Amino acid sequence: MPLTETIRVALRAILTNKLRSALTMLGIIIGVAAVILLAAIGNGSSLQIRSNIESLGSNLLQISPAAAREGGVSLGAGSRPSLTLADVNAIATQDPAVAAVVPVLSISAQVVAGPNNYQTSIQGTSWNYSQVRPTPVSLGRSFTPQEQARSATVAVLGTTVQQALFPNGANPIGQTIDIKGVPFTVIGVLQTQGTAGFANQDDRIIIPITTMENDLDSVPFVNQILASAGSPEEMNLAQAEITATLRAAHHLAPSQANDFQIFNQATLLQSLNQVSATLTTLLTGVAAISLLVGGIGIMNIMLVSVTERTREIGIRKAVGATRGVILTQFVVEAVTVSALGGVLGALVGILGSGLAGRLMHTPAPVSWPSVGVALIFALLVGVVFGVYPARKAALLKPIDALRFE
Amino acid sequence: MEALIRMESVVKVYFIGGQEFQALRGVSLTVEPGEYVAIMGPSGSGKSTMMNILGCLDKPTSGRYWLDGVEVSTLDDDQLAVLRNQKIGFVFQSFNLLPRTSALENVELALLYAGVRQQERRRRAIEALEQVGLGDRLQHRPNELSGGQQQRVAIARALVNHPRLVLADEPTGALDSQSSEEILALFQTMNDAGHTVVMVTHEPDVAQHAKRIIRFQDGHIVQDHLNEQRRAAPAAALGGARHALD
Repeated sequence: MPLTETIRVALRAILTNKLRSALTMLGIIIGVAAVILLAAIGNGSSLQIRSNIESLGSNLLQISPAAAREGGVSLGAGSRPSLTLADVNAIATQDPAVAAVVPVLSISAQVVAGPNNYQTSIQGTSWNYSQVRPTPVSLGRSFTPQEQARSATVAVLGTTVQQALFPNGANPIGQTIDIKGVPFTVIGVLQTQGTAGFANQDDRIIIPITTMENDLDSVPFVNQILASAGSPEEMNLAQAEITATLRAAHHLAPSQANDFQIFNQATLLQSLNQVSATLTTLLTGVAAISLLVGGIGIMNIMLVSVTERTREIGIRKAVGATRGVILTQFVVEAVTVSALGGVLGALVGILGSGLAGRLMHTPAPVSWPSVGVALIFALLVGVVFGVYPARKAALLKPIDALRFE
Repeated sequence: MEALIRMESVVKVYFIGGQEFQALRGVSLTVEPGEYVAIMGPSGSGKSTMMNILGCLDKPTSGRYWLDGVEVSTLDDDQLAVLRNQKIGFVFQSFNLLPRTSALENVELALLYAGVRQQERRRRAIEALEQVGLGDRLQHRPNELSGGQQQRVAIARALVNHPRLVLADEPTGALDSQSSEEILALFQTMNDAGHTVVMVTHEPDVAQHAKRIIRFQDGHIVQDHLNEQRRAAPAAALGGARHALD
């Protein structure tokens, strides 16, 4: 019997019991849609985490002083200053895997501009800070190596600071602001960056590190050193080089622990990726279980259908249907239900992903492999759960089937 | 000429609730092509079992059965299905049409399993339905047809594949007397056109239409004789059906 004919017979059987078929299909629809939707959401959130981290700067290594310990109690990272400008120079000159390295020395201070004043974070750093952490200016410019060399009193404002000190959209470039009694000239405004972790990246003022040390805070230490590796592949090499350089510079004996710690962005990304991959697998697994339940629904209905249609099977056998023909007929019927359910489920899943993305303000890009896998799985469910009832139908004896009331 | 049906000491044993029940106790029978045979007997006499075995719906426990030269007892289920499709047309008491399926498609079913292409299938099914006088009911479903009309659809289905043997199991059992006469006239026309007809019935009136009557009792053939006082079908019905069959 040609397959088109078999499919036609299957469709008629499905249409005969519309409500029942729709309910059976619902299991598959929900399963397939859930797989696609959850994969898309997992996909989207891992993309967003990645882009958040990468916005901090590519191939970033953050070096901070190690946590001080007093009587076995850790006082937290950075609690014991150990990093100096000399360390920055040593890394810059000795470590080939490091493409750029800058110090960061921050203080909190009150800033005054005319009638307005504002408490913010003042960060002293090098002119090449942007090579490590991309911080483009939207207005004016960044400071130059020359300005850094002569400890110029110039400042670049974050947008939050700009709005606080120069409300009503006044142009801050060329204006003078007062930081701890020292007048600074505003030369630029940073592009709005938003938050990274808990820190508002727009609530700060960047000035040359030399100016910071000369005029505001004359400690011999820096809070943090930021370095970037030449390429993602060199991240671990750069970390090893920096570790060796700093241990030598700090005269640490082999038995002594590091008095600094290095935070490697690649490691973070990797572990985050792992977490989100595990989560996605887990969610997809849950969705796959619902597909399986849908399959059991199909089997249940097919068994009922075979019993109900025993007489029909008998008639078909009497006029010459072989076991293979009957088997095919019922398997095709089960597969048609699961395939229709699969296609509808895929549509629901794809539309749902778009909707979910919009509702959660997070992109939820449909992962096409998940659509393929869900559809194939749905078809397989139809075959696997369709075979047993179909076999039952195929093996019916024609006289018993014809007598069935 | 080779016999169409040849049975040699066919025995059929059923096990019902662990009890052995001999439905056929060694039946031998020969039917030549073109015969019109009525099988009679009270219920429990084995005539239904005989019908199932003749129709290759069931296999004998022992003994041998040749249908049109093929030894049936050696065939498996699928080979039996093909044999039924090619050589036997069935007419049942309860019509056994597929519900929710048009008359045309019901008739096409036998051709479908024979692998006939769709256009040819349609043409032959329409022809068969016209032969039984239902040319204007092609798209009607069984629940839209009277009992007599349903049985005529079943007869069209039985004939559409040009079977060697037409087997009828109480074909008029569910019909009123007028429909019965019409159906019996059709069988008569069929037989006149050269088809071999074997009909199981418990109604003597119906059996009187056959040329040969075989009586069953307790799993044996107790009487097998040519029907001398054969009753002709009503001339009008017969004439109409004969005309349609030509």
